[in-house]
Amino acid sequence: MNLIDRMANLDRRWIFLMMGLAVGIPIIVIGITGKTLPEEPTPLAQAAFDVLNDLDPGSRILMAWDFDPASEGELGPMATSFIRQCAQKGHRMYFIALWPVGAQMIRSSTSRVIGGYYPDLVYGKDWVDLGFKAGNEAVIKTIVTDFDQYFPTDARGTSVDAIPMMEGISSLADFDALVNASAGYPGSKEWVLYAATPLKKPLVIGCTGVQAPQMYPYVPNQVQGLLGAIKGAAEYESIVNKWVRSEQLLDALESGGITEPASSELAARFAANPTEASTWTTEAAAAAMSPEAKTKLIEIASAPIPGIFLEAQRRMGPQLVAHLLMIGLIIAGNIVFFATRRRGGSQ
Amino acid sequence: MKRIVPLWITAIVGLVLIVSNFLPGTRSWGEEATTWFGIIAAVAFVLGGGSLLKVHLKKISDRNTGWGYSMIVLGTFTATLAVGLFKIGVSPNPSFPDVPWSGDVQGQGTPFWWVYEYVFKPLTATMFAMLAFYIASAAFRAFRAKNFEAMLLLGTAFIILLGRTFAGYFMTSWIPIDGPFSGLRLEELSVYIMQVFNTAGNRAIIIGIALGIAGTSLKILMGLDRSYLGGGD
Repeated sequence: MNLIDRMANLDRRWIFLMMGLAVGIPIIVIGITGKTLPEEPTPLAQAAFDVLNDLDPGSRILMAWDFDPASEGELGPMATSFIRQCAQKGHRMYFIALWPVGAQMIRSSTSRVIGGYYPDLVYGKDWVDLGFKAGNEAVIKTIVTDFDQYFPTDARGTSVDAIPMMEGISSLADFDALVNASAGYPGSKEWVLYAATPLKKPLVIGCTGVQAPQMYPYVPNQVQGLLGAIKGAAEYESIVNKWVRSEQLLDALESGGITEPASSELAARFAANPTEASTWTTEAAAAAMSPEAKTKLIEIASAPIPGIFLEAQRRMGPQLVAHLLMIGLIIAGNIVFFATRRRGGSQ
Repeated sequence: MKRIVPLWITAIVGLVLIVSNFLPGTRSWGEEATTWFGIIAAVAFVLGGGSLLKVHLKKISDRNTGWGYSMIVLGTFTATLAVGLFKIGVSPNPSFPDVPWSGDVQGQGTPFWWVYEYVFKPLTATMFAMLAFYIASAAFRAFRAKNFEAMLLLGTAFIILLGRTFAGYFMTSWIPIDGPFSGLRLEELSVYIMQVFNTAGNRAIIIGIALGIAGTSLKILMGLDRSYLGGGD
């Protein structure tokens, strides 16, 4: 039996093993080294960021988490970054779910991001969990005109009348933007058709790789920002990470006595290249800063990004190797196919 | 009567929903009909549970192939339902310590949370993750460049697979990003394919589907299509 025959009769368990290793080894390597692959954001990921960034702090953002644990690998990091950007910007976040386990997704993402990194945000004032509602697109169609009808209480059973940030919310028209993380039906398409389009509201979508091709036709008029699969999540995550670092550096520079526009320019520079911060503090331009302020600036610039905010970028490693394996398998399968056909085989 | 009443309900509600989209004065009628839908959707969960019980109890009583799995389905279904419905193991809400059922059933540490966190979540994630293994097997055995169309499809797949990873950037980073050939960089090509070719094809499909839905909906509203009532009519 020659090589072609062996490959033609290859036991599928070898392929399963190869895929297991292609995914497992990068996970272990990235876990040990902490290194991630660089990401170049596409215009769509940048647009998703800009929609939320261009709104004034305190804007009302409806966050619809329509996914389940099966797609959490792709959508969880997007949800994390959406919350991080809104929390850092000072937006008010209203979480709802049209999927039964979306309620658990809300709890999980808010407890990790808000509970872990923005403990100053007050429940009911800065963010609220309105939980799951059955009814698919009918929920959207109703809350377009009457929000209270489906959401008379939050997920904890508190009347919305007793929640300060619910004051002035009577319909979806009262929100400044919609953010949706979706794994299927009901999800992105329904939010486009029944909410964002009739109300002409900005809509940012994070969806699975399978859904993304179906959502591209709505960009840019009905969907302003689109994150497709873990690649989209990684691009958006890298933008948010850089921006958050830049905001923190800006605060440190301004509290140290450096004023605009120099502070903004320096913050952007140090966020892109953290090592520059320590060099700059030795220069004459930094003379106005106290030693404590300089130390704080260097600390912020060189502080490692918490793992929770690198999840998407970490997952690009296994995706790279898995994609290369897939290409290799397709090529190998075709070599076997043509070689067998040449010999008059039946495959 | 059993068929006439549902037909009339469907026709009237459907027409109300259509009319309410075009006449502002009738908007509240549409909202009312949508509210009914919400109530029916909530009741559907109960019907769904009843249907699940019926199907699996029959399978067990008939000792059909795989009846053991039906036992597991029913066991886990009733256990989860009981844990959630009766708030088993839930501590009372600190604001209402004397009301035993006032606690949060989904709160961390409750049995319902435990079932979700350690049973439901790993199982669904595992099921989805297994796709990677099957698609790898399919890549080796099924994706054949048998004709020109298949070659185009495979070529597109290669561009997307590479363009959506660092490999695409690595392989074509030598093409200047601000030069006339920047569109040939793999990451740019994959975006172009998704935004132009994919959008064109998908828009055509979406318009076709919308026309099909409109036609089918009209047939249902007029009572010409009664398949949704069951019974093969």
